[in-house]
Amino acid sequence: MSELMIGQRQTPKRKKIKLDIPRIVGFIILIAVTIAMIMPLWFMLSTSLKTTKEMLAYPPSFIPEHFAWGNFKELFVNSEIKFGQQYKNSVIVAVLTVIGTVFSSSFVAFGFARYRAKLAPFLFMLLLSTLMLPYPAIMIPQFLLFTKLGLHDSLLPLVLPAFFASAYMVFLLKQFFSSLPNELYDAGRIDGCREFRLYWNLTLPLSGPVIATVAIFSFIWSWNDLLAPVLYLDSQENFTLPIGMAAMLSSKFRIAPWNLMMAASLLSVLPVVALFALAQRRFVQGIVLTGIK
Amino acid sequence: MSRLSKGDSGLKSTRESRREGRWFYFFISPWLIGFIAFALIPVLASLYYSFTEYDIIHTPEFIGFGNYNELFHDDLFWNSIKVTLKYTFISVPLTLILSLFFAILINQKIPFRGFLRTAMYFPSMISGVAMALLWFWVFNPQAGLFNYFLSWFGIDTINWFLDEKYAMWALIIMSFWGMGGGMLIFLAGLQGVPQSLLEAAKLDGAGRLRTFWNVTLPLISPVFLFQLIIGLIDSFQVFTQAYTITQGGPNYSTWFYVFNIYINAFKNFRYGYASAMSWILLLAVMAITFVIMKMSNRYVYYEGGRER
Repeated sequence: MSELMIGQRQTPKRKKIKLDIPRIVGFIILIAVTIAMIMPLWFMLSTSLKTTKEMLAYPPSFIPEHFAWGNFKELFVNSEIKFGQQYKNSVIVAVLTVIGTVFSSSFVAFGFARYRAKLAPFLFMLLLSTLMLPYPAIMIPQFLLFTKLGLHDSLLPLVLPAFFASAYMVFLLKQFFSSLPNELYDAGRIDGCREFRLYWNLTLPLSGPVIATVAIFSFIWSWNDLLAPVLYLDSQENFTLPIGMAAMLSSKFRIAPWNLMMAASLLSVLPVVALFALAQRRFVQGIVLTGIK
Repeated sequence: MSRLSKGDSGLKSTRESRREGRWFYFFISPWLIGFIAFALIPVLASLYYSFTEYDIIHTPEFIGFGNYNELFHDDLFWNSIKVTLKYTFISVPLTLILSLFFAILINQKIPFRGFLRTAMYFPSMISGVAMALLWFWVFNPQAGLFNYFLSWFGIDTINWFLDEKYAMWALIIMSFWGMGGGMLIFLAGLQGVPQSLLEAAKLDGAGRLRTFWNVTLPLISPVFLFQLIIGLIDSFQVFTQAYTITQGGPNYSTWFYVFNIYINAFKNFRYGYASAMSWILLLAVMAITFVIMKMSNRYVYYEGGRER
């Protein structure tokens, strides 16, 4: 756009036709990179449906000759793998973690958002400071504690901490609860609500979207976690999916069963993809708010 | 937040605020208990253990700075720091820049915008072990996708995870695949840049690059900072890739810091020694966060000025 055009009437058509080279180059780069990003996914999908022989062939085929649906069945039938049991364990851990995180974190966030106390600002700073506390820095004493309580090789140590609120989620929920108008609570009080009912019957029902975000992300965290399960779980029946899948690499198989591992990976990301498809807006918002990727 | 009307007598408001304080502690009690049990005590306990020799069977034996002294002469410990820093200093800035670059490209008026955004983000959903397995397979020297792709350009077979020269680079390439999350965060930041400012810059005759450098970048600098800190803290704690794919090899070239802690504690049963490493990690994370926050005072723009 040059100054010459000022004074002329609108020239929308010419503007659009004008070739914008940087934008076109950018678009082409974007398309190329998107294809490159999607290729590994395609490779995952196609490998999961290949026979062992085709899987090892070079160059790799992009569409399997014969769809080996048996790979998926094999995961559940093969007693070396125990995929079904491990899937169940992961679901149990993730669901309990979500329930624990949602209720405990919203409860705590309600306290921080709605009540004043002398130490409240200090305690909130303390809460925020735990955001950068790395799990590896506290895992050894936690492990020793749970082991002494006889909880080794049990799913309980993975779930229990979730019932004591997660700092990330408290922070997220507190921001939202603080934005709810005070008049609402005054009205609630006049209607005779006690404090707990202000939380349970008033705040929670109004917080559906942000609770959904918390639920989605606590699910994904728990679902993908590897380090804590590795510390606590010893026997294959008790493994969660991530350890179970990592263990498939070990030498029990003569040839590394890449087709089975890709099938397992595919099934393991299914819940996450489903959550994304069901609640894309919440999902994206959660990433933006929490920085969890 | 105040629900006390201004006219309340001092006496009543004292009673009122005491009552309010009780409810405050009632509601935050789950976190407070959890904080003490799962954060405060473990942090202090690990400090204590770091001064002991402890194998869980025998009682901890106090050895002063013995563990720290030993760490100082432990080649594997220094190597793990070197490995972790190498990964961090290459992967984090590059991922950040790439995700910003693609956020900018996607933030234009282009066809298939929504589809491209989803497609770029999609791989980030495959994380953890599933991602590690997939890339282990993609980098398979014989039948993997990556060497096949390179063969189009006449590049010979590379033994990626089996070659100490390449294993780390394979992990770094792999980390770019997860840039979609960062891209979404930048995209949200870019969309928060007021259109009026961009128009004004254009009217003042600023070109695209200048507008980006002088208007957009300062406005999204808080987003940049946020991602930088999270990226650094995360990459100090890389574990999944080392555990699943490389087991720290070949020849310790991917022997990451947290993997080293894991091996010392849970394979060698040297809980005291590993605790010393945990504490060093904690201090490193605190230090780097502090330094970046300090530096950011100079470089990061906050709308509405800084609270003082």
